[in-house]
Parts: sequence; C-alpha cells; structure tokens
Amino acid sequence: MRVHDPSADKAELVFQPDGDGRLTARGDWTLANVERLNNQVEALSGQVFRLDASGISRLDASGALLLERLLCRSGQAAAESGLTGQWRTLFDAVDAACDDRHEPEPQREPQWRQILARIGRAMVEIAQSTRELMNFLGITVHRFARTLVQPWRLRMTSTVYHMEQTGLDAAPLLILLSGLIGAVVAFLGATVLRDFGAELFVIDLVTFAFLREFGVLLTAILMAGRTASAFCAQIGMMKSREEIDAIRTLGLDEIEVLVLPRMIALLITLPLLAFIATIAGLVGGLVVSVLSLDINLTLYLDRVQQTMTLKHYLVGVLKAPIFAVVIALIGCLEGLRVEGTAQSVGEHTTTAVVRSLTMVIVINALAAIYFMEIGW
Amino acid sequence: MADNAANNDQDAVIRVRGLENRFGNDVVHDGLDLDVRRGEILAVVGGSGTGKSVLMRSILGLLRPSGGRIEVFGRQLRDSEDAQQFMSRRAGVLFQDGALFSSLTVLENVELPLKTHRPDISTQLRRDLARSKIQLAGLRASTSQKMPSELSGGMRKRVALARALALEPELLFLDEPTAGLDPIGAADFDRLLHTLQRALGLSVFLITHDLDTLYAICDRIAVIADRQILAAAPLSEIEKLDHEWIRSYFHGPRARAARQQDSATG
Repeated sequence: MRVHDPSADKAELVFQPDGDGRLTARGDWTLANVERLNNQVEALSGQVFRLDASGISRLDASGALLLERLLCRSGQAAAESGLTGQWRTLFDAVDAACDDRHEPEPQREPQWRQILARIGRAMVEIAQSTRELMNFLGITVHRFARTLVQPWRLRMTSTVYHMEQTGLDAAPLLILLSGLIGAVVAFLGATVLRDFGAELFVIDLVTFAFLREFGVLLTAILMAGRTASAFCAQIGMMKSREEIDAIRTLGLDEIEVLVLPRMIALLITLPLLAFIATIAGLVGGLVVSVLSLDINLTLYLDRVQQTMTLKHYLVGVLKAPIFAVVIALIGCLEGLRVEGTAQSVGEHTTTAVVRSLTMVIVINALAAIYFMEIGW
Repeated sequence: MADNAANNDQDAVIRVRGLENRFGNDVVHDGLDLDVRRGEILAVVGGSGTGKSVLMRSILGLLRPSGGRIEVFGRQLRDSEDAQQFMSRRAGVLFQDGALFSSLTVLENVELPLKTHRPDISTQLRRDLARSKIQLAGLRASTSQKMPSELSGGMRKRVALARALALEPELLFLDEPTAGLDPIGAADFDRLLHTLQRALGLSVFLITHDLDTLYAICDRIAVIADRQILAAAPLSEIEKLDHEWIRSYFHGPRARAARQQDSATG
C-alpha cells in the first residue's frame, strides 16, 4: 500500500560536529523519507550547525517543511542554504505559508467535567425539545384547523402520495409481522393453558391481545421505524439543500406544504393499517389453532364472535390517531431541525425513530392503565 | 511554465487513447485521445453534458470506460480498481464542492490520506505535515480545528486542495475549482493554484467553465465536442479555430471581458 520509491534510501542528513558544525542534507527530501528525516532532525536538538542543502536531489512540500525547521534553528536565511532553482521556489512557497506553525493545541477539559457537562447538556436538550415539540404541535393544530375551514389549502397530491408511501407500501410487511406474532401468541397461550385443559381460551387471548393492544401497537412501532425515519430524512435533505428556505421565500408555509400532508396521510392510514394488522393477527392465531391445537374453523370464528365487542376494538383503535400525530410530528420536527451536513441528517433520523418509539410505548402504557381504571 | 511544456513535448504524464464511454444508447466518448504533459495546467472545456466529468472519472478509475486505453506515468491502467489504487497515491483530486468528510475536522480531513497510506509517520509529524498543507492552501492554522460545515465555500475548496496535496502528488485533478466562488475569491484561488503548481511542479488536469481561469493560468486547453477532443492547444490557437461551439464560447461577451481583464492585469 505504501508509496515505495526505489531511491528512497538515498536521503540523509550528515552532521560533522567538529570543525565548523557543517550539516549536509543530501538525497530525496520527499514524503517517502519524511519519517526518517524527521527523526534525524529531532536528534539534532541542542546542536549548533550550519545547513548545506545543495546536495538535495528532490524536494517536496513535506521535505521543505523539515528544511524550514532546520533553517529556523540554525538562524540561516534561505539564500545561505545552498538551495537553488526549482527547489528554492518550492522552499520559499512553504516558508512563506508556514510561519505561525506553533499554534497551541486546544486545551481539553478534565474528564469529570466533561461528563457533568454532557449530562447537563442532555437535560437542557430534553427540556428544549419537549418545548419545541409542544410548540410544533400547536402550530400544526392551528394549520390543521385552518385547513378544515379552507379545505382547498390541502395539498391533495402530496397527501395521497404519502398515503401510498406510508400505508399501502407498508401493508405487506405489516401483514406478515402481525400474522406471525398472532401465531406466536397462540402457541404461547396454548402451552400455558393446556395444563388447565383450557386450550379453547387461546382464542380469547389472541382476540383480546390484537383488538386491544397488538394490532395498533405493532402498526405504530412499524410506522415509527419506517415512516418517522423517512419523514425526517426527506425533510432533512430538503433543509440541508435550502429547499425549506425556498418554500418560505415563495410565501408558502412549510407546515402546510410539508407537515400537514404527511400528518393527514398518517392519520388516515394508521387506523386502517391497525385494522389490517388486527385481522392478520387473528388469522395467524386461527392458522395455529386449526393446524396444531385441534380447534376447528367454525369453533374459532364462533368464539371470536363471542369475545369480540365494540368496546375492545375501540380501546385499540382510539389510540391510532394519537400515534399517527406523534409519529408524524416527531419525524417532521426532527427533519426541520437538521443543520446542513449529511451527518446531521443521520443523527436527527436516529433521534426521530428513538423518540417516536419511546412516545408510542409510553402513551400505550398510559392508555392501558386508563382503560383498565374506567373498566373497559 | 510554457517553455517547460514545450521542452517536454513527448513527455505525457497522462495518455488517453481511443477512450469510449457509453451509457445505454447514449455515447459520451467515441475514440477520445488526450495527453496531459508534465508540468502543465491543462484545462478541459466543453458544453454541458459533453462528458468532461466522465473523462476525469474514467482516468481516476471511478468509472469503467467501455473501451480504450489510459496510461498514467507510462503505466497502463488495467482496470478501474487498479486505477483507483494507483491514483490514490499519485494523484490529488478536488471535487466540485470539496467533498470534505463532514464528520471530521479540517485537520483530520487533511490527515486522512497520510494516515491511510503512510501509517509509519508519527502522529505529531503527521499533524505538522497536515497543518503545513493547510497553510500552503492559504488558510490560517487556526482553521484546522473547525468542522467543514463552519467554513465558507472558498475555504472548503482550499481545505480540499490541502487534502489533495497531502500525499505530495505529481498530478492534480480539479473539477470546476472556481464554480460557486465570487469573482475575487475565484481570482484568489486561481492565483493560489498557479503558485502551487509552479512551486510543487504539478501537472494539472482542470475542468472549468470559468473563462477567467482559462485566460489567467492555463497552459493548454482541450475542447471536448462531438464525443471527442476537438483540439488541445494553447489558448491563442484555440481561439482561432472555426467551430460553432468554440466561436460562441470564446467570442461571446463574457470571453471578451475576460480577455480584456487579462491583458489589463498583464
């Protein structure tokens, strides 16, 4: 891999301490030899010498830097070094550029202060981003209300596009995931309930789980991973390419143009997807029940019909719009907070996913407690 | 450098012969020949979509040509991987917007090629070398701790130039170095480039649209049109050629202004 010049071994620095302290530089003073030459230069510290560089056969900017240091130490002018022609031109260019090279390295804070500073910064940031999210929620609700009054303001094409992206395209994956989890829940239930001879209640378990929790929760988790990140990356790239500024200078409102269509799309698709997920979960449970638990199809459907009430379904589906708003807002907000670089897009996308996932799970837990307390 | 280039008439550091590039049915280059001579600044000009960048990317091995032969320093590049390996050590490249790594500081950006290809160099010396390149590119040493996002467009290009020079290449590739700079910044950059090219004895392959750059610093100009190099010669000869694109390019109002400015400043 390394640059290996066959003539690399020629370069040297010969010092004759006795007599006039003449220091002769010879050979190729190039990057290929720079490490060795630097060691020789370092070894000379404290010596008094006069440099003769007339024997240099090749010079590049790296070699010139070392020569400059030598001349600096010996106090010679470039004219007295014996450098001529092209090498002199090169040396002068390097010499002219590098005069303030002893710039102090930036001081580092002690470790414990860095840790404290990081904790403090994180706290301030959490407070700040919560405030920002509330602020953003307020603005979006205002624009949403305005769109309800003036429906022609809604970007129809964009909304439909995002419905396709976030809804239709996610459906196959969601059906697969929910179906498999439905099957796993059925298996799990069967293992426990078999000891009590109550295998039939597997159906109740699957129905309860998917109507009340899993259907919507799985959808929301998938959306948080898939859609929040997509929203953030899309808007983030637009932000870094100054498209958001362009939107503003054209007298448009980025909330109305970018955020509302995404939020409305998710508001429509997430409940629909949650419904699909619920059905898929029930089907997954059904397949396992019929194939390996000796429950026949009619019995399964009959039992589902008995267990399923509107109340249970509402417990699940009422959460869907809340999740939709949370995911869309966090995704869009993080996108709008991107600053310029590609790295920033990545950081904010991660934040968007982590935050929306956390919010979804926390809200779901709170809702579960609430519905339990009111006896639904 | 004009006399230098004339002396080494046969001394081509890059020799492109019969280069072909096609994307689907779209033929970009068809039998393109080009020489870059030692110690010259060669500017490649041509209308949009004539394949200037494609030519540069073919030489650098970032793109596999459909046909033809590319020799660099008398060594034929077998394939694009070979070209990339070889070029990463012998050539410096300045991409259009600098292409600095945004997660690294300025100093780390310049250090990176040294770190990759010369792991034997001690950390302290590597930093000093990188810092000297940053200063050579006309930036203050205090810039080195900044992140690329904190720099202006002109400064980013200078850092990219410093990074391109880190391995002391003999060859320098520049893709529109003055695009997006204000006229004063562009003139400064031209001057810097010229000084460095002379001092370091670089051979430069330069893609540009900037007429000021052409008049101020270029030794020869290669015009790409009709999928080939139409001509590669000093500016005075190119201007005389009778071709539609060349006429409108070199004899338009902007060219006249650039020529006047050049003769005024000497």
